[in-house]
Amino acid sequence: MKERLSREVIALRAAREFFDGAVVNLGGGIPALAANFVPEGRTVIFHTENGALGFGPVPRSESETKPHLMGASGIPFMPQPGMCFFHHADSFAMIRGGHIDITVLGALQVSEKGDLANWTFPKRMVGNIGGGMDLAFGCPQVIVTMEHITPSGELKILKECTYPLTAPRCVSKIVTDIAFLIVTEEGLVLKEVAPGWTVDEVQAVTEPKLIIGDDLKEMEL
Amino acid sequence: MGINKIYKTVEEAIADIPDGATIMIGGFGHAIDRPQTLIKALANKGVKNLTIISNSAGVAGKLGIGSVGGKPFIDEELLVENGQVKKVICSVPASLVMSKPNAFEKLYREGKIELECIPQGTLVERIRAGGAGLGGFYTPTGVGTLIEEGKEKRIIEGREMILEFALKADYALIRAYKADTMGNLIYQGIMRSFNAIMPQAAKVAIVEVDEIVEAGELDPEGIVTPGIFIDRIVKIPREESK
Repeated sequence: MKERLSREVIALRAAREFFDGAVVNLGGGIPALAANFVPEGRTVIFHTENGALGFGPVPRSESETKPHLMGASGIPFMPQPGMCFFHHADSFAMIRGGHIDITVLGALQVSEKGDLANWTFPKRMVGNIGGGMDLAFGCPQVIVTMEHITPSGELKILKECTYPLTAPRCVSKIVTDIAFLIVTEEGLVLKEVAPGWTVDEVQAVTEPKLIIGDDLKEMEL
Repeated sequence: MGINKIYKTVEEAIADIPDGATIMIGGFGHAIDRPQTLIKALANKGVKNLTIISNSAGVAGKLGIGSVGGKPFIDEELLVENGQVKKVICSVPASLVMSKPNAFEKLYREGKIELECIPQGTLVERIRAGGAGLGGFYTPTGVGTLIEEGKEKRIIEGREMILEFALKADYALIRAYKADTMGNLIYQGIMRSFNAIMPQAAKVAIVEVDEIVEAGELDPEGIVTPGIFIDRIVKIPREESK
């Protein structure tokens, strides 16, 4: 078996897309890890939909953990100068109003057109829409982080999603444990492969035909 | 006479909530932002056929997600598992950990509880609209998904949008940090969430707070919830908040 990128490295690669001054909302799971990998020299303002902006890193100990300083996934944060709090109507005005530049979300499936499915699948009968749908519709840049295929080997990057959509045509970039891809009008462009992986190997676990980027390279870690 | 919004106990504050009431329950889902004492009192009262409007159907409390040290806390799952709830309108109905289904999922799969699952931003805006005297609003969220089914569509500024209607309730149960005797509220950190939006949309808004102070003691520049939105106040210091 070839080595796949860890969850942390997927998050690290996604965080390189954060530009200086970006306002960023991170979903739960792999996306949340991206908070630890903001590229040096860049300032990023993190938003959490439960009502905080510009908060600091995760506390090092439980004694520094405060019940009123926690993000949407229940992960605590430290206060930071310039931080502010607001209610939910303002929080989603920020999201739908296009004031959050980038969101990083997990996915169950992504289509070559950038359709995202991440809230439920038919067998579960019920699923959690949460804030993900508003983020997918409202943020100019939606970055998906996920494993390239499911644990049982099913493909997740498809010509068409088969699960209920979170939003059509919303994803701009995809970081997986073997590749970095961008969504274009022409289709999915393969920009980077994980160390040791070839284009053919990535194509073999991706349903749509990949466009090979002119500047295709091995991911620098 | 004058204004007296202060109730000595949560039991008195919720005494008139009848079977079949529509109740908004505030907070996002963390221990500190939930009106845990009011929820427990409602469970003890045993009222039935409730419609609950909340961010979740009770998904985090039992798992202790969103509390210091992962300590379990009370959320609307208590009402759901007691069989007091007919319908939930929320954005997060199912357990946050798929291998540990919550009370709502079990009842839903048996067809014993109704659900309207909607995007969180649409949920809060529907509540805001309800409190603001609006009939509804158009939003792009949900276009091209299951959410658009049966809804009126319009193209506004070149973008397809769907019509969403306002939500109102008979009661709102919320948690805040401090109240003054006029009902003005302030919060702490992430507590505002749905707490600062729901009272306006309910006929009767009931708040549990850490502390009640005299009118004039809160800085009027810093009031988050204006007092006229709040009808009943109960002091429940945090350590007793469960």
